[in-house]
Amino acid sequence: MAHRERSVDSSRPRRVGLTRREMLAGTAGAVGAAAVPAAAQQAIDTTRRPGPGPNEVGQRSPFVTPRRDPSSTSSRTPLQHLRGTITPADLHFERHHGGVPAIDPDRYELLVHGLVDRPTFFTLADLKRFPATSRICFLECSGNLRRGGPETLPQMVCGLTSQTEWTGVLLSTVLREVGAHADATWFLAEGQDAAVMSRSIPMEKAFDDAMIVYAQNGDALMPGNGYPARLLLPGWEGNSSVKWLRRIELADRPFMTREETSKYTDPLGDGSRSRQFSFVMDARSIITDPAWPRVIEPGWHEIRGLAWSGRGRIARVDVSADGGATWQEAELQEPVLAKAHVRFRAPWRWDGGAAEIMSRATDETGYVQPTWEALVAARGPRTRYHQNPITSWTIGADGRVLFGTERLQS
Amino acid sequence: MTRTAPPRGPARPLRPGAGAPARGFGLALLLAGVPWAAAAQPADQAAGPLGLGRPATANEIAALDIDVMPDGAGLPLGGGSAAEGARVWGGACRSCHGREGEGGIAAPLVGRDAAARPPTVGNYWPYATTLYDYIYRAMPRNAPGTLSPDEVYGLVAWILAKNGIIDDEAVMNAATLPDVVMPARHRFDPDDRLESDAVR
Ligand code: HEC
Repeated sequence: MAHRERSVDSSRPRRVGLTRREMLAGTAGAVGAAAVPAAAQQAIDTTRRPGPGPNEVGQRSPFVTPRRDPSSTSSRTPLQHLRGTITPADLHFERHHGGVPAIDPDRYELLVHGLVDRPTFFTLADLKRFPATSRICFLECSGNLRRGGPETLPQMVCGLTSQTEWTGVLLSTVLREVGAHADATWFLAEGQDAAVMSRSIPMEKAFDDAMIVYAQNGDALMPGNGYPARLLLPGWEGNSSVKWLRRIELADRPFMTREETSKYTDPLGDGSRSRQFSFVMDARSIITDPAWPRVIEPGWHEIRGLAWSGRGRIARVDVSADGGATWQEAELQEPVLAKAHVRFRAPWRWDGGAAEIMSRATDETGYVQPTWEALVAARGPRTRYHQNPITSWTIGADGRVLFGTERLQS
Repeated sequence: MTRTAPPRGPARPLRPGAGAPARGFGLALLLAGVPWAAAAQPADQAAGPLGLGRPATANEIAALDIDVMPDGAGLPLGGGSAAEGARVWGGACRSCHGREGEGGIAAPLVGRDAAARPPTVGNYWPYATTLYDYIYRAMPRNAPGTLSPDEVYGLVAWILAKNGIIDDEAVMNAATLPDVVMPARHRFDPDDRLESDAVR
């Protein structure tokens, strides 16, 4: 009897409607609520009707619709939607220069040659037979800052960063297999896309932590992230982790490809000098919640965000709610891995007055994330890549959270 | 490799020092029949290679090895002048980069003004060889991999001449291209950010 009369807000909430997590995800997603099908919006008593059974490939709840933001050359991870540190593979950012190639894994081969004893072709199966290793690290495009207007999503500010558990073989293992010569100082990494992407990489990185990876969060790589195999250079600008890797050539000097001369070099000062081979991604952080388009109420909130550094581990993140006048240390979610996104959280009571929240990352080398002003003072106004300034969100008396555009002005 | 373009580079001599295919091949064959004492050990302690992969032949390498280095290593036989390049430009490049290389839906390639943005071949590129390498590997954007070495040399000559870097009559080939000194040859500094924890 009681069963028949039970309403959606009965004493058994766990079986009714949305879970708390879905509700959170739904409200945090910018367009989440709007995209929910009308039928699903009607309260359905799920305890009265068996749902669909198991299926072959899981799908997100219709209430949850995270989307990358694609342009013609890139698509950006919806940072505001994510709550952990691992980016679902289908939301990993993409940036490519000649579209996504469709590569048949059975025909795929990687050539390793140049200053080696044994120039060798490796099939995908060969790469998988090597001793395998996994690593969680971020990958970030060095062109990852957009200085939008007040109504800018975290995704648009710096959504060209994502994090993955990558699996593959250490490049050093492959280089031992081919007998790398001691006089090799650089190697060329070349892709099999229509841009035949190519970058010169110092051999130190090859023997430090470079990998050739074939798995992304345990599954095969997504096509847009390099299927079937790519280079992975932890902590370095994304472009150097060449996707769809078809060739590695060892040499005793850099190749000076277009992507390391015309592009991915940083004009300095008045623009008459440029910094070249600037691989490492400097420490950075962003508050992903609260952020535009949220409207918040006075009272208790948790400021949440991501911090990362290509130089090593994040040592601390400080959070300010008064535009940088005072700072408090945020809590870091374990594990804090080197060259990896880490979650930071800080409690905050909003009194309803005008506020500006911002975060500042410090890594284990002592590097502190700069303000935009400090960045421009150090590099000049024509700086183009590796922009990692402190960003902020302002909260108006109406509770509207807007991107702090004034912080990026000068 | 799935490119359907004409094979890239078979006519090109292997660059000096680019591996030692004969020697590597021989060693691999030699080792191929040896049962691996090392196979039972963890990889890091293995005395020799694991025996994975197959040896690459010189011809196979040449077919893939399309890169060109600043000293000219990797440049193929052939050559071209600006006049020859102009004929290719009109059909293959102009629609995106503009009639005179001034830019259109794609970036400008011509311009010497150091303050101009975006940067161009004339004010930002340190090596002329990069132009050969990039056009051969990636352009034209809508049909990459379709240009012959002579056509690429001609286009390189045309772009360099338009930038006032070489004479209109100059022929670009494996001997002349590495000798071209670009206006931006010395504008680049190595990355110094990691030398301190300061913002740089
Ligand atoms: C369909 C349009 C299109 C056509 C046709 C085209 N290009 Fe491009 N070109 C581009 C685009 C887009 C880029 C930038 C690509 C990138 O950044 O990944 C580019 C980049 C370049 C660059 C590098 C510019 C720089 O500053 O780094 C050169 C050089 C170039 N093209 C030469 C050529 C030549 C020579 C041709 C003719 C054979 C050609 N392009 C035809 C679209 C085109």
